[in-house]
Amino acid sequence: MAEDREPPPLADAVQTDFREVEEGEDLFVSTVSTLSPTSPEPASFPAEDISTNSNGPKQEILLDDDQEDLFAEATEEVSLDSPEREPILSDGPSPAITPVTPTVIITPRVDALFDRSLDEVKQISINVLYLFSIIQAFYFCLQGDGMNAYMAYKVTTKTSLSLFSRNEFSVKRRFSDFLGLHSKLASKYMHIGYIVPPAPEKSIVGMTKVKVGKEDLSSAEFVEKRRSALERYLMRTVNHPALVKDPDVIQFLENTELPRAVSTQALSGAGILRMVNKAADAVNKMTIKMNESDAWFEEKQQQFENLDIQLRKLHASVESLVCHRKELSVNTASFAKSAAMLGNSEDHTALSRALSQLAEVEEKIDQLHHEQAYADFYLFSELLGDYVRLITAVKGVFDQRMKTWSKWQDAQVMLQRKREAEAKLQYANKPDKLQQAKDEIKEWEAKVQQGERDFEQISKNIRREVERFEKQRVKDFKVVIIKYLESLVHTQQQLIKYWEAFLPEAKAIA
Amino acid sequence: MIISGLFKFSCLYKKVNFVLFFVVDQLRSVSVDLNNDSSLLIDIPDALCERDKVKFTVHTKTTLNSFQKPDFSVSRQHEDFIWLHDTLVETEEYAGLIIPPAPPKPDFESPREKMHKLGEGEATMTKEEYTKMKQELEAEYLAVFKKTVQVHEIFLQRLSSHPNLSKDRNFQIFLEYDQDLSVRRKNAKEMFGGFFKNMVKSADEVLISGIKDVDEFFEQEKTFLLDYFSKIKDSTAKAEKMTRSHKNVADDYIHISATLNSIAADDNTALKQHLEKFAELLEKLRKVEGRVASDQELKLTELLRYYMRDIQAAKDLLYRRARALADYENSNKALDKARLKSKDVAQAEENQKQCLLKFDKLSESGKKELTSFKGRRVVAFRKNLIEMAELEIKHAKQCVILHSTCIDLMDSSFIFAVVQVRGRR
Repeated sequence: MAEDREPPPLADAVQTDFREVEEGEDLFVSTVSTLSPTSPEPASFPAEDISTNSNGPKQEILLDDDQEDLFAEATEEVSLDSPEREPILSDGPSPAITPVTPTVIITPRVDALFDRSLDEVKQISINVLYLFSIIQAFYFCLQGDGMNAYMAYKVTTKTSLSLFSRNEFSVKRRFSDFLGLHSKLASKYMHIGYIVPPAPEKSIVGMTKVKVGKEDLSSAEFVEKRRSALERYLMRTVNHPALVKDPDVIQFLENTELPRAVSTQALSGAGILRMVNKAADAVNKMTIKMNESDAWFEEKQQQFENLDIQLRKLHASVESLVCHRKELSVNTASFAKSAAMLGNSEDHTALSRALSQLAEVEEKIDQLHHEQAYADFYLFSELLGDYVRLITAVKGVFDQRMKTWSKWQDAQVMLQRKREAEAKLQYANKPDKLQQAKDEIKEWEAKVQQGERDFEQISKNIRREVERFEKQRVKDFKVVIIKYLESLVHTQQQLIKYWEAFLPEAKAIA
Repeated sequence: MIISGLFKFSCLYKKVNFVLFFVVDQLRSVSVDLNNDSSLLIDIPDALCERDKVKFTVHTKTTLNSFQKPDFSVSRQHEDFIWLHDTLVETEEYAGLIIPPAPPKPDFESPREKMHKLGEGEATMTKEEYTKMKQELEAEYLAVFKKTVQVHEIFLQRLSSHPNLSKDRNFQIFLEYDQDLSVRRKNAKEMFGGFFKNMVKSADEVLISGIKDVDEFFEQEKTFLLDYFSKIKDSTAKAEKMTRSHKNVADDYIHISATLNSIAADDNTALKQHLEKFAELLEKLRKVEGRVASDQELKLTELLRYYMRDIQAAKDLLYRRARALADYENSNKALDKARLKSKDVAQAEENQKQCLLKFDKLSESGKKELTSFKGRRVVAFRKNLIEMAELEIKHAKQCVILHSTCIDLMDSSFIFAVVQVRGRR
């Protein structure tokens, strides 16, 4: 099976067949298993098929999983390095969360191979292609201060893909750069049915507060929230097998200088154009009555509508939870202070000490609630927010299909008209005009054919994209649910510790 | 506390009567140092709630001859308890005693308001969610009810265990008189008198804080009680806020769990099972969280609240003693004036003697009362703090078990996800 051990061909030999992407997990498993066929399969492998179909060059797939795996580690690093995080954020659950697949898949393989030759191990590390980007935020002042200042984000990318000139590099980007990237990608890919991940939303209020130089908790939180959102956005974008190869994306990640994306500003010419287009789209949506011949699309659309409503509701509930938990934390802290004062005032020594201890316990608990609120937010709430926006993008793609269909239908109508015109001219016996009519018919026939092709292509793309999206969604949610549960368990275990420490103090009251 | 019995309840916002009927068992939250003397045993075995009025069944078991029967019950309302308390306070003879604080009026305002809001928001929730929220509210009503019964019971039990107060004639009437007590209750005039008395009291408050007492013991007590009262009042308020936030978090779990169930119902991917398990877990969790909140309320907030009122009663004792001291000093001045004028000297002397007697009696019994009060307080705090800590541990352990079971039940292919995440800790 030596041939299976060859490293997959590099990214230059690009394949546009994306169908393999969905089987990412399976294929990854199988690729590893082909590399070391005789070592025992660890029991922890998923029950999904450990197929031995040695599909060789599927480097996009490896990309999919590996980069997420390794990103998991990167997440840890960032939470320690990033200076802005330090004073406010606890180093409890890591705030920057992106869906992760377990890293453990790789480790046992490497372990199992330790007896083997070094070359094989080296081969594996080469085969593991990855790309991840981490974002750190720091404040950048441009020519003085005030409203001209902006927040610069340092985007560090580590990769082994040959798409890029180096393995590790950093660039500085502004928020508007991210928006610019998204707008370019959307205009290139949405109309052919690719689900382009939406960029984080603008927030005038938040940014202004930061610019005004308020060194307070809320602006730091805002920056962290935004940084985390941008990171997730970027990771989702590069996780998309087609988008990662887009020159705009590569440029975004690599180039030191990037032309200012002025068109993202709300009041620019492009901004106004966008608003007009949006309005036109909304009107069109209402007027286009599509004959849906494919039940799959109808079903999926309905599904996404429902999911949209439910996710929004869930998001609102989770936001309420975050709010209440923060309140709980604040109230516990204030009770702790009050209990401490009560303990000071108490003249019975043992009771006084117990009350002071109670105050300490409550203070620790308030910290705990605070951390849990962060977990609630960054794990749960932000994921839901992202998905609400993603589903809007999905719905947008379905709308694009409708538009494509509409164009095709319009072309058919035009063709019909041209044919009728030609027939009329046949009787009128005007040879010049007849030729022109025949030419027009040819032209519109071609357009109809193109329209049909486009429609079929977009339908095909959407099917694929939706399946990829659904897989990703399942993965994301599963992982987040587990992580969130872990955070809850951790909180409860800490509570046990604190109260068990307090109990003897209470018993010691004479 | 074991509660059994009928529980018929309909939405208040529909302005339908609701009837709560309980049989309440012994265990109480705020410990009271009861005598082991079983010559007079009082409890409130059940209570009836009609519209706004709560009717308590006061049951007495006694071996004392002063009572007509050895075992009997009467029905009393909250106002009757207040009457009894105020009568005792106004009794000159008990001026040197700490009169147990009157039980607070049953307050169903908070759950009632929530019920109203729930009714308004009914349209936005699924049937399941609505039912659960309603259950929660009913539980809250129940909790308020439990508390009010307890508080009334403790009041009577403190009276019955006090060597002097248990022999009070009015107390006996309260326990025994099988007719409605409303004829004896405060009429408007008396109520006004009560209000006036409160005004005078605050003047006394100023009086107390100003004068330094000669007696070291009372001086210390005064300083301590004044300071402690303000601190404990603050702690009570903060504890209340804290437990309320806890309840809010538990309620949020209901909504999240319900929505997750809806999503799971529509879902046909591998995610379905996870969502369902997660929703189930949250549903169980919110019950535990709710219990944590209510236990905290009972053990901590109620404890603080009760002793806040008790300390107020102790302060009242100090006020009365200060008044007696002022009276004594006035009588001295009057005596001097009388001697100067050589008029009514004997009367003034007698007056002065009486005042001194009263003051000494007050000081003596006051000292005893305050000392035993301290002991009682320490014991109560100890008991409740221990119980609270134990309950917190119990609930947290239960939560951990629930979580672990849930994680295990989820798709087994995710065990390594857990391993990875756990490994990081």
